[in-house]
Amino acid sequence: MTGALSLGAPLIVAPVLLPLATAALMLLLGEGRRRLKAVVNLASTLAGLLLAVYLMQAVHAQDLPQAFCVYLPGNWPVPFGIVLVLDRLSALLLVLTGCIGLASLLYALARWHQAGVYFHVLFQLQLMGLYGAFLTADLFNLFVFFEVLLAASYGLLLHGGGTQRVRAGLHYIAVNLVASLLFLIGVAVLYGVTGTLNMADIAAKLPLVAEADRGLLHAGAAILAVAFLSKAALWPLNFWLPGAYGAASAPVAALFAILTKVGVYAVLRLWTLCFPAEVGGGAPFGGAALVWGGAATLAFGAVGMLASQQLGRFAAYSVIASSGTLIAAFGFGAPALAGGALYYLASSTLAGAALFLLVELLERARQVELGPDAIDDGQDTLPAFIASEPLPGVNLDDDEEVLIGRAIPAALAFLGLTFAVCALVVSGLPPLSGFVAKLAMLTALLDLHRPAAWVLFALLLLSGLMAATALLRIGMRHFWTAEARPSPRLRVAETLPIGLLLAGGLSLVLQAGQALDYMRKTAATLHAPGQYIAAVMSARPVPPVPLAASQEVRP
Amino acid sequence: MEVVISIVIGILAGSGVWLLLRPRTFQVLIGLSLLSYAINLFIFSVGSLAIDREPIVLPGLAPTLDNYTDPLPQSLVLTAIVIGFATTALFLVVLLALRGLSGGDHVDGREERP
Repeated sequence: MTGALSLGAPLIVAPVLLPLATAALMLLLGEGRRRLKAVVNLASTLAGLLLAVYLMQAVHAQDLPQAFCVYLPGNWPVPFGIVLVLDRLSALLLVLTGCIGLASLLYALARWHQAGVYFHVLFQLQLMGLYGAFLTADLFNLFVFFEVLLAASYGLLLHGGGTQRVRAGLHYIAVNLVASLLFLIGVAVLYGVTGTLNMADIAAKLPLVAEADRGLLHAGAAILAVAFLSKAALWPLNFWLPGAYGAASAPVAALFAILTKVGVYAVLRLWTLCFPAEVGGGAPFGGAALVWGGAATLAFGAVGMLASQQLGRFAAYSVIASSGTLIAAFGFGAPALAGGALYYLASSTLAGAALFLLVELLERARQVELGPDAIDDGQDTLPAFIASEPLPGVNLDDDEEVLIGRAIPAALAFLGLTFAVCALVVSGLPPLSGFVAKLAMLTALLDLHRPAAWVLFALLLLSGLMAATALLRIGMRHFWTAEARPSPRLRVAETLPIGLLLAGGLSLVLQAGQALDYMRKTAATLHAPGQYIAAVMSARPVPPVPLAASQEVRP
Repeated sequence: MEVVISIVIGILAGSGVWLLLRPRTFQVLIGLSLLSYAINLFIFSVGSLAIDREPIVLPGLAPTLDNYTDPLPQSLVLTAIVIGFATTALFLVVLLALRGLSGGDHVDGREERP
């Protein structure tokens, strides 16, 4: 196998197999035994994150042409069998998934994982779908992993119950089912035109497509793009997002912050691979649509942020704005801009997840202020917990809850500080990672000298201003109202993940040079798809062990 | 054969889309099912239609597409059917839950009370 890592390529299957095995194990444990499941889930998620970090370092340590790790799980020759490919982009998204998964799981362990059955199993399946979607190198497996992660996300969105959640869930499921059907149509058309499903093989065969079939090919690609972009919440297709994300429970919404990025990833991967900028004269196929659609999404998200009265909806609109920025930036097909956008992807995903987690704590703090006697520990905002019907072996009485966490001192100071950090990152004000990301993108936009670039330049600045205004208003409402109020009760398990996410964002700033270097290398590799195609197509199945040799091993 | 398949796909897809845009949840569910049938047939037809040809290699015949039908679309359809079945079942559960919780079967509105 060329370009193989010395660590042994089979390790890249582990991010998919580990959550699958954990989920299967936890299914066997039945509905009870929450504490044991929590420990298993935490261990598995942590192991997944460490594995992702290790793979990222291993891939990054290699030189540019070899920065790929290709593995053939079925040991079939390349265009026919399943292929898993790890490159810098996949590794980056794996690490992000691991970080956000760990943080939202830690948060859920404080209370939310008791709100319904099978939370841990669904959580692991969600991680498996995410990891798989980032690793797979053929279109149909991309569809399968999309379905795995979506099916798990349906369950997680409904987690906790309640009319509002079920209604939002119904819309979410219906929209995603239609998008999945469009995905299938697109895959079928591409297969009909090129005769293959392997992304690298499609890219290699595209120049051979007859001129008469070009229209069909572009129609297929456009249908596929509609499917991806509806998941990435592009403007006309994102009406479902604020309702669904606003209704989801806090840890689930935080995990969903990376779900929209799957759509962005799929567009980026497929478009840089199959429709690179050199072919279509300056921009990838449909580049203008991506740019203008992304700009419209960014504007929509910014207006939504300014207009939203509830914090949950604000966070959802910030997710929309971030994916709009990403799609517009990738649509230009310029490596320097894409490098900045990838940095923005990491920064905005971490900040978005932290914001979703913070939303619930802030709402709880506000409820303490509004009516302290009516609210007992914020429990009434939660749906009927399963724990009220005691399961065998599980006893979640007050004594045990104290073990999970206790009211920490200076809770309001913590909330205020983390909120300020989130606000700085989301609105892109100096000195945090949001600013570095926006600066990198703005400088790259200056070099493009295109009208669309100027529009995006203005929109980036304006949306930052609007986000800052909206956040300032929320901050004033929550922190600057001078009233004597009881300190909100937070648990350590709830504050820790927010701190972790923000620390992740902070390390992005402290290591900004290295991080930007990594992102630029990633973007450069993406915009030179020949290396990817060569790496995938040159992978060879492992020759079978000769019969005599295998018999000798046996005693 | 091609004409029959095209007409069937067209009718299924058209009815599916129309039902999908209806206000009640059950119609949406049926619309989704019809649409997924249409798409499964479409995937099936992508690998060129053939009658009485095997998808599995037989002894004594040259293994080219002149003698066989393309097996890949068939396996894709199989996977798509399984996944579509699972997600439809899930959708049905949510539909029933919403029916129980909100007392109506409207996707995005309220039951009209006389």
